[in-house]
Amino acid sequence: MNTFTDQERLGISGRVVASCLAAGRPALVGYLPVGYPDVSGSVEAVRAITEGIDGNGVDIVEIGMPYSDPLMDGLVIQHATTRARERGVRIRDAFTAVEAVAATSATPMVMTYWNLIEAYGPDRFARDLAAAGGAGVITPDLPPDDCPEWFEATDAHGLDRVFLIAPSSTDERIKLTMESCRGWVYASSVMGVTGTRSDTSDAAPVIVERARKVDPGLPVGIGLGVSNGAQAAEIGAFADLVIVGSALLKCLDSDGADLPGDLVRLRTLAGELADGVARSRR
Amino acid sequence: MELPDSAGHFGRFGGRFVPEALHAALRELTDAFDEAMADPSFHAELARLQRDYAGRPTPITDVTRFSERCGNARVLLKREDLNHTGAHKINNVLGQALLTKRMGKTRVIAETGAGQHGVATATAAALLGLECRVYMGEVDTKRQALNVARMQLLGAEVYAVAAGSRTLKDAMNEAMRDWVTTVENTHYLIGTVSGPHPFPYLVRELQRIISTEARQQMLDAYGQLPDYVAACVGGGSNAIGMFADFVPDADVELYGFEAAGEGVETGRHAATITAGSTGVLHGTRTFVLQDEDGQTIESHSISAGLDYPGVGPEHAWLAETGRAHYEPVTDAEAMDAFQLLTRTEGIIPAIESAHALAGARRLGLRIADADPDARPTILVCLSGRGDKDVATAFEYFGLPGEPDKTVGGLQ
Repeated sequence: MNTFTDQERLGISGRVVASCLAAGRPALVGYLPVGYPDVSGSVEAVRAITEGIDGNGVDIVEIGMPYSDPLMDGLVIQHATTRARERGVRIRDAFTAVEAVAATSATPMVMTYWNLIEAYGPDRFARDLAAAGGAGVITPDLPPDDCPEWFEATDAHGLDRVFLIAPSSTDERIKLTMESCRGWVYASSVMGVTGTRSDTSDAAPVIVERARKVDPGLPVGIGLGVSNGAQAAEIGAFADLVIVGSALLKCLDSDGADLPGDLVRLRTLAGELADGVARSRR
Repeated sequence: MELPDSAGHFGRFGGRFVPEALHAALRELTDAFDEAMADPSFHAELARLQRDYAGRPTPITDVTRFSERCGNARVLLKREDLNHTGAHKINNVLGQALLTKRMGKTRVIAETGAGQHGVATATAAALLGLECRVYMGEVDTKRQALNVARMQLLGAEVYAVAAGSRTLKDAMNEAMRDWVTTVENTHYLIGTVSGPHPFPYLVRELQRIISTEARQQMLDAYGQLPDYVAACVGGGSNAIGMFADFVPDADVELYGFEAAGEGVETGRHAATITAGSTGVLHGTRTFVLQDEDGQTIESHSISAGLDYPGVGPEHAWLAETGRAHYEPVTDAEAMDAFQLLTRTEGIIPAIESAHALAGARRLGLRIADADPDARPTILVCLSGRGDKDVATAFEYFGLPGEPDKTVGGLQ
């Protein structure tokens, strides 16, 4: 089953996935943006999803960096990141959240639109992220065939780089993208933006199958639209990583007014999702 | 080498920085456009619409009374305001609407700032029987309510975008989100020379007709090329169209005028090339108004059509290589020129175009100062007419909206 043996390609986060698979389940990835409801609240939130209720939470935390023009994001993430920016979140705050996750048993990664890295300086960003204990970066709007500076920076600092594939991608494009990744590849399960959906997409197993056929050596994660334990179990039956974002973020919807209550709901959902992936291959 | 290259680069600018889900559609569009450009029947159909529907060719007007206020310059206007729907936007829209049909798609979406591109898109959609939705920043729907009504009359849906700064850039984000979900049957009809490749190239080629006509008209009617060509620059589609055929004419100097809003020094402006820095916005690498973290800064201009914190990547390249010069023009300078053209020539320009007029006047005065014997010819792209801006002008000039005198009533 586990064909993921090339340690160089797996980088840091891919090895986490491989060890989860060796234990008979896919890896669980939770996304939360830094700075929402505020920076310290978001740091508590990312810690909470690594622990769940009884110590079972996400394996990888995807820390989102709020951006002024998030054209891949649906309303839930847009609203939270808009507020985070109003409250003054800065790029360096993402490194603070990364450090907090690195202190747990989970693996921190950063999800960011490219311009923020370009403004910070790709090499400087990679250096500071690696120093904070980050495993790598997911870049939803960076074309893998047009970013030599990002390859240099991630190679120089030993970071994973995760690019996206979509149902509309040609096999040629999937191949190119997967060859460009280190760690794993992020597959959008639907044509659309982030957000919860009541049904998982029929396209999810198709894109995973296509990716495996093109390149069996790299784990494939499925994101967009997973919101509960049942969906996590369903997706986890065929995907190597199950990625949850908006549903986790919805737990924080008191907007900081009742952070303790929100964190309890967050832990509960993280635990439910962890149970979902744990039973997905039994 | 002919630019852009196959990946959409103009030197270090341009590219395709969008979610992977859109790459297939962008490639489809690139292929469809290349095929269309090689197909005489596409050119014939487009030419027919340009002539019989849009009213091309547009004339060049010698504005002698306006020129009297511009030093020793002779100012000529390329009259894009005389196009159907009142601006150069129709040039691009007709071409892309035909492409939409060619690709077998049934729906178009568009972003709009001032509403001119939205109206043009709604117009072409009505003409060709396409479904149409226009995204417009909530702020802009309020300052351009007349254009919202025009689009609705034409059968388009208008969605106000309340996210972010609620202006053109946010309308563009929302249109991208729609497109990534509906790309199978929908074409995103981008209105400017920005966005991911092939849009900067495709829109340039569709707007090129402005300079193709103007260059020949100059030779035919004036026996010379202009010494200077001037246009306003927001995203930059009228300017690229106006520059395109003059770029190889080394003796013709190209000037783009950006919106300086309340003044570049105040920070409330849209002068992206003058005061921005290199970044990626809306799928392309170009000059962007951004803070040190790379977050986009809101732009400000009295002109909704120029109120955009980015600029087409080819302008960034023309600026960097020095082939074209870009200068800022404030709201106040633009409104002075707006009034001047209106009073001296009986032409009410769009406030966008008034930026180009103000810039041309500044250029004329500057040349007269430096060389009193020079008699330069300045060809200005009058990109649109000002009917849509009457309310803004009314407010700006503090007009009371009352008649000068009432006569004929019973005492």
